Amino acid sequence: MSKTLKTAALVGAVAASFSAVTVTEAHAQSKEKCFGVSLAGKNDCAAGPGTTCAGTSTVDYQGNAWTLVDAGTCTEIELPAMADGTARMGSLEELERDLPAG
Amino acid sequence: MTAVSQSAFRAALLDASRDVPDGLRDGQGQPAGRRYAVYRNNVAVSLREALETGFPAVAKLLGAENFAHLAGAYLRADPPGSPVMMHYGAGFPAFLAAQEALGKLGYLADVARLELAMRRAYHAGDAPRLDPARLQGLDEAVLLAARLTLAPHVVLLRSPWPVLSVWRYTTLADQPKPQARAEDVMIVRPEYDPEPHLLPPGAFAFLSALQADESFGDALEAAGDGFDLPALLGLLLQTGALCDIDLGDAEPAPHSPEDRP
Amino acid sequence: MFDHTASLPPLPGVGYKPQHYAEILQDPGPVGWLEVHAENYMGDGGRPLAQLRALSERFPISVHGVGLSIGGEGRLDRDHLARLKHLVGWLDPASFSEHLAWSTHDTHFFNDLLPLPYTEATLARVCDHIDEVQETLGRRMLLENPSSYLAFAESTLTETEFLRAVVARTGCGLLLDVNNVFVSATNLGYRPQDYIEDFPLEAVGEIHLGGHDEDEDDHGAPLLIDSHGREVADPVWALLDLTLARTGPRPLLVEWDTDVPDWPVLRDEAARAEKALSHVPA
Repeated sequence: MSKTLKTAALVGAVAASFSAVTVTEAHAQSKEKCFGVSLAGKNDCAAGPGTTCAGTSTVDYQGNAWTLVDAGTCTEIELPAMADGTARMGSLEELERDLPAG
Repeated sequence: MTAVSQSAFRAALLDASRDVPDGLRDGQGQPAGRRYAVYRNNVAVSLREALETGFPAVAKLLGAENFAHLAGAYLRADPPGSPVMMHYGAGFPAFLAAQEALGKLGYLADVARLELAMRRAYHAGDAPRLDPARLQGLDEAVLLAARLTLAPHVVLLRSPWPVLSVWRYTTLADQPKPQARAEDVMIVRPEYDPEPHLLPPGAFAFLSALQADESFGDALEAAGDGFDLPALLGLLLQTGALCDIDLGDAEPAPHSPEDRP
Repeated sequence: MFDHTASLPPLPGVGYKPQHYAEILQDPGPVGWLEVHAENYMGDGGRPLAQLRALSERFPISVHGVGLSIGGEGRLDRDHLARLKHLVGWLDPASFSEHLAWSTHDTHFFNDLLPLPYTEATLARVCDHIDEVQETLGRRMLLENPSSYLAFAESTLTETEFLRAVVARTGCGLLLDVNNVFVSATNLGYRPQDYIEDFPLEAVGEIHLGGHDEDEDDHGAPLLIDSHGREVADPVWALLDLTLARTGPRPLLVEWDTDVPDWPVLRDEAARAEKALSHVPA
């Protein structure tokens, strides 16, 4: 913070630089820009896709013995030890042997 | 005649290892068999899809197969507690954090928190933007005692991980690889689309103090040294994060009746 | 009592999807009203409510609940009923409807329309819940017939007997989903035409149409799934003609909820609904 200006003067100066800006009117019809938030968690009254199988696999949720089986973007992210001091790597290095060669 | 209670019907709904409840039939009086699986399918698939659309970055980070498995486990551990699906998955970050198999992906739960916060901001209440003119020409003491109100769509998130960098890398094109650092994030909705912004040092404490209805002066105190107030104030005014200022007793009196046309 | 005249126009309507917002306003075709799912407009603000407000200035709106669990064994969710009252009070829609189904048990919501046995006990419970809804909202509601994939051995009433009794006891109207009739009749082995004959058509305030998928049961018998993910099937259009010939023109909704197509495809379905309505003497 500037030591020469009082806070009120500082705030007033920043505000002044925004006073002239005409705030864009929000338009309901503006196209969604953002990552499909509008489709997240929508209620509807349709049945699921026309198969009776997808919800009946018991393998789906027998979770204890489960390990990561394939890999998404997380394999590209490498982050070293963080706040709790545990060494962590974002990559799934122990799975690399399972990845197809090349 | 076997009556099928709703607790019997629901018990087998999310547990395919249980038998189809007795007392359900096809049209010819035969046991319903896999006809009951239509409901199992509808429930599991619709909840899994709700999680997929609600947590697209987590899904991309994990890959489709891992995500489908985790979603299948989560929806059984924590089915919706309300018919309003827009907020389903509030317990998903904690669920992810508790998964041993995800121990190496410590940032994952915070990415899920960020995605939940985006949804919260999307559906939060509307508020008028603060007219910047109301911040001009204030007396120093009045300003320091004043209370600034953040818009209802402002959501703050503090992470020991580079949560926003990971989210951007996963969600947007041509983003740099995340570097190890803690990140504070403000989600704000300038119009109808929530935007996540990285917060500079001190800003999280400052904004948290405002959300706790502390005075401007106390919030500045909380922000500590090295806090760049003009930069944050610019961001707040630009994004519509501020909706009101309460000057307390120094509030200019409302227009008197004589002022009206 | 409540206003018994349906206030939706006897025109084609479509289930509203946000991705169609701009096109619906620019090029509605024959669409004369819109239906929204109540639960998607229970947030505090933002784009969903802004869009709904703008649409309601152009079109009559039908609010269609999908989560009230009217057939639930427990009491109605008071919080949810309060949210519904708030939405209906704010929007003052032309119609409010819900389903003959349950979806909540012990505070868990299963996000599906689950089936009910047709017994006197179920009837008493459903009627109590409808009374509560109508009193809370201060308006008459419509109750929709479900898609059935199975039957309950304990049932003592047919579905049409059950619905007729609900109407008589509560004064509610009915939302007749013709695709659901076709799906249920196929799945449970009766003639859909007979169901329409037995249905209390005088109470119908709205008709639904939607697409279904085809599967089969353990014995290879056809099992239709009410997926709302494709065009309305030809035999369902035929069943609609038969229905409209008896009811006269009614508000006629095309539902498309999964694999939602581009606007022109949905508009074309609405045009087909308009054609079906045009054959009916008023």
